[in-house]
Amino acid sequence: MTIAPADLGLPTAPARRRGRVRDYVRRHPTIVVGTVLLTVMALLAILAPYLGTVDPQALSPIRRLRWPSAQYWFGTDMLGRDVYSRTIYGARISLTVGLSVALLSTALGLVIGLVTGFSRWTDAIVMRIMDGLMSIPAILIAIALMALTRASLQNVIFAITVAEVPRVTRLVRGVVLSLRELPFVEAAHASGTGFFRILRRHILPNTIPPLLVQGTFVAASAMIVEAILSFLGAGTPPNIPSWGNIMAEGRSLFQVAYYIVLFPGAFLSVTVLAINLLGDGLRDALDPRLQRRM
Amino acid sequence: MFAYVIRRILATIPVMAVVALFVFALLHLSPGDPATIIAGDTATLEDIARIRAKLGLDQPLYVQFVTWVWGLLHGDLGISIFTNLPVSKLIAQRVEPTITLTISTLIASVLAAIPMGVVAAWKAGSWIDRAVMVFAVLGFSVPVFVLAYVLIYVFAIATDLLPVQGFISIDGGLGPFLSHIVMPTFALGAVFAALIARMTRASMLDVLAQDYIRTAQAKGLANDKVLIGHALKNAAVPIATIIGIGVASLISGVVVTETVFAIPGLGRLTVDAILRRDYPIIQGIILVFSAAYVLINLLVDLSYTLLDPRIRY
Repeated sequence: MTIAPADLGLPTAPARRRGRVRDYVRRHPTIVVGTVLLTVMALLAILAPYLGTVDPQALSPIRRLRWPSAQYWFGTDMLGRDVYSRTIYGARISLTVGLSVALLSTALGLVIGLVTGFSRWTDAIVMRIMDGLMSIPAILIAIALMALTRASLQNVIFAITVAEVPRVTRLVRGVVLSLRELPFVEAAHASGTGFFRILRRHILPNTIPPLLVQGTFVAASAMIVEAILSFLGAGTPPNIPSWGNIMAEGRSLFQVAYYIVLFPGAFLSVTVLAINLLGDGLRDALDPRLQRRM
Repeated sequence: MFAYVIRRILATIPVMAVVALFVFALLHLSPGDPATIIAGDTATLEDIARIRAKLGLDQPLYVQFVTWVWGLLHGDLGISIFTNLPVSKLIAQRVEPTITLTISTLIASVLAAIPMGVVAAWKAGSWIDRAVMVFAVLGFSVPVFVLAYVLIYVFAIATDLLPVQGFISIDGGLGPFLSHIVMPTFALGAVFAALIARMTRASMLDVLAQDYIRTAQAKGLANDKVLIGHALKNAAVPIATIIGIGVASLISGVVVTETVFAIPGLGRLTVDAILRRDYPIIQGIILVFSAAYVLINLLVDLSYTLLDPRIRY
């Protein structure tokens, strides 16, 4: 005779799994909320053509400045373009910029940080350069680079990456410098482990958690900088519907048609909030000592 | 102490040298001919030649660099391409609203954020603590121009309490000055205040867990004396550091805030310069803002000995 686990008062498998999910949510609420919001934004961006949108560039002069209604959910702008479609397609630009800048600047910062952490004379030179670059506010570096290149999505990503790399480099270098002195690295060295093996097996894995957290904050900051650049006229070219561009176009009309600015603004805020919640949660989860402090 | 101050001041020289080198190199490392890019798509060959001569781009690189740095050291930031006026003069004309807005934001944020952080740490886990943390996360997440437009909608369009935009110097009367500056200050200050509140709370939590706080409470010292006299004083150094670092967010934000509220300051000068590709102005503004940032962080570093007598150099 077989006894079902339920008869013994033991949780059945699916119930246990549900319990584990509930536990996880209770312990890391910000990670869950952030991930859910971010997933929704990513789905909106990917599924943009299937969400009742029209061509975000389609002009329709007779339907200029229509207020939000059942037909135009977020209204239309001064050229009669559908603000809802433009905002949904805008998610693609923001998420692309955030993800690309986060990946590029963490990769670059990791390489430079590892090199400077291990070589004293490159450290002296490179860190002086990084100190100098860090004293220029990120937006101004990006503005300066954009003023000299032609407006394009790639150039925006490049300009923001240059502005973000010094901070990542400093973080990685700090981690490497403190790890180098720890007994397990010394022991590995003493037992004849090669330099690259120490790098790969002992140093690199320890840089991943702080980089993951930093990467989320870089992504959030990159999305804000992209929006600001576009808003100031130094970002993605006007023919691309990015949230900053939509807001820039609505700027002069704010008093008559504030919805043009507020919808993309709300989407931007929610996306950045989602990434920040995810980053805060990851930091608490990965470094329990900091929990509930910052 | 004196030797430290001198050393710390000298340490700003390499930092500013890198900034200057970056600003100079930008124009020359960029792909393509800078004169052609600055002139724009509709320029004639003569226009390009004129810009090239004006920027000194027809001379050897080292000559250009030495001339440029020599000018910088004499307060000469070059000549604007569009207006033909000295950049230093254009910046001087626009600097007042920017400084006013930055200082009012700095004061308002610090005065609002430190009490918030102190109370949040004191009542850790309570609804006040939660409210402060929610404010901090929102402050980081809502970009300055989005917040600015929400404020304009609520206080100027929907209720007509405050003027939509503009700037009135403090010479124009305190009332009009305050009514124009309050929204920009709030919009610009949110991120900064969030940063300070969060750091104050973290730093206070560390200090409040110390033995001497328990001793102070055990001997019957009043709560406010423990919080301000014992705890905040010992938590001050990280707070001062974050105020210095956070000035970067103020500088970035001021460019945007001035654009939204039509304030005729350095931010507006920057935006106009971007639209006209007036590169000397952009170079000058980067130098001025970076110098301000370096100077403020120098002052913060030097204030450590005042905040914490244990720190001696």
